[in-house]
Amino acid sequence: MIELAVREGIRLSDESITDSPLAVRGLTVSYGQKPAVFSVDMTVQPGAMTAIIGPNGAGKSTLLKAALGIVKPLSGQVTVFGRPLEEQRARIAYVPQRASVDWDFPTRVIDVVLMGLYRELGLLGRLSARHKARALDSLARVGMHDFANRQIGQLSGGQQQRVFLARALAQEADLYLLDEPFAGVDAATEKAIISVLKSLKKAGRTVVVVHHDLATVTDYFDHVFLINTRRVAEGPVAEAFTADHLQAAYGGRLATAQVDQLARVLG
Amino acid sequence: MSGSEFVPLSLTPMLIGILAAVACALPGNFLVLRRQALIGDAISHVVLPGIVVAFLLTGVIAAWPMMLGAAGAAVVAVILIEAIRRLGRIEPGAAMGVVFTTMFAAGVLLLEQTDTSTVHLDVEHALYGNLESLIWLDATGWASLLDPVALAGLPVELSRILVTLVAVVGFIWLFWRPLKLSTFDEGFARTLGIRTNLLGLALVIVAAVAAVAAFDAVGSIIVIAMFICPPAAARMMTNTLEGQVGWSVIFAILSAVLGYVLAGYGPMWLGARDAVSAAGMIATISGLILALAARFGPCRTRSGAPVQV
Repeated sequence: MIELAVREGIRLSDESITDSPLAVRGLTVSYGQKPAVFSVDMTVQPGAMTAIIGPNGAGKSTLLKAALGIVKPLSGQVTVFGRPLEEQRARIAYVPQRASVDWDFPTRVIDVVLMGLYRELGLLGRLSARHKARALDSLARVGMHDFANRQIGQLSGGQQQRVFLARALAQEADLYLLDEPFAGVDAATEKAIISVLKSLKKAGRTVVVVHHDLATVTDYFDHVFLINTRRVAEGPVAEAFTADHLQAAYGGRLATAQVDQLARVLG
Repeated sequence: MSGSEFVPLSLTPMLIGILAAVACALPGNFLVLRRQALIGDAISHVVLPGIVVAFLLTGVIAAWPMMLGAAGAAVVAVILIEAIRRLGRIEPGAAMGVVFTTMFAAGVLLLEQTDTSTVHLDVEHALYGNLESLIWLDATGWASLLDPVALAGLPVELSRILVTLVAVVGFIWLFWRPLKLSTFDEGFARTLGIRTNLLGLALVIVAAVAAVAAFDAVGSIIVIAMFICPPAAARMMTNTLEGQVGWSVIFAILSAVLGYVLAGYGPMWLGARDAVSAAGMIATISGLILALAARFGPCRTRSGAPVQV
């Protein structure tokens, strides 16, 4: 299976490079014997808000991490705005899962946001008042301005998520990739995050979100990418977010309650 | 105590103790936050085969070949640990356990199987080092600090640990931002283009070099204690990384000075005749500081969202 993917990856790499904000071709990632993501193609639409959805363990986060070079794929090709990933790092902002870091780390909120400016500051560049102002402005956009000097261990889950989003905003990127930003956050935070993401879209930025709540897909997003190790469907919500595709992606794992709920949403 | 007694007998061991403690505590801050603190323990075990091989190759007990052998063994161990961790997909602690027991066993086996029986490589020396013997016989008092002839007679361990400390400080100063970033959020650091694997390897190699230089002068007990106790105690005194590193240096120096003085004079104050091991006392003091910080430190509890497992 993996050999096949490698062959496929070679074949697909000959394909023309698109100008898509994020184009993935023949991506296969494996943590052990079984691939987590198998021979996936994805073409993100510029200026759109795309949800990556699929059941637990379907490879949603892995797809994102491999696209960003955080995990090394077995095969496949990633281009960002038509160029190799390494050349385009400055145009990408990433929001990892909240639970992926140790919030006991000794640092303050403002320091976390300033990490988003690392590429500009470099190893020894001086931190100017302008940099600080940008970090504070990013915090203000997620409603966390007053928490700038707070120790990160004192934040609630929702506040942690907002700080991570503020760090991404400070990067002033063209492509925003978020891994489960709505997982385990309060309703106020969810509202704050979605309004920030919508403002990014309005400013012409591209937003890709690993999302788990099927009920909010039609409200929040205009494109979806369904995955269950392999790509199931991709396209505008109206076309790709259908009961058939969901059944294909989730199989028997979609609870009856969820199906009912979706039936209402999808009409 | 007069300068003519203190300078030749106590100044250099104390300085070497301080420099060794700080050289280990500095990288220890990052190792503790990365949950890799026991790597100091691992390193002090794995250097044994390196020292034995260096002796077998050169046939003499000389500091530099042994240092190189030890450093080589430490680097091999670090690479093995990383390789086992990644290939076997197991947690770092388990990989360390496998590597350091294997290499320590290999060292003992080499020692037993080859003609090294006449060599003085005993357990006590390896554990407690030989801090009290690192005296400066050419000194006659404070004036000797300005006397080039006397300075030439300074114990070689002093310059070696000083050079090591300068290298450690240089590394942490230069890579402060990427070290902090990748320790807190490795995935995000990678999306910025930081080579986190390489940086993590460099950190462990720097720690290994500090451990080997300190090991030679003060033994493995101090090395293990200084990698963990001052940084762990410092974490509970402050909520910033800069503050933690500062406190860890203060605690390392305090442990070295208090430990040395108490080991030398403590037993006499209690009416005993002999001094106790300075290295053992320094490690004990650092443990006491950690206990006090854990009980009374201002930043030892958290109030935000619970840690997710």
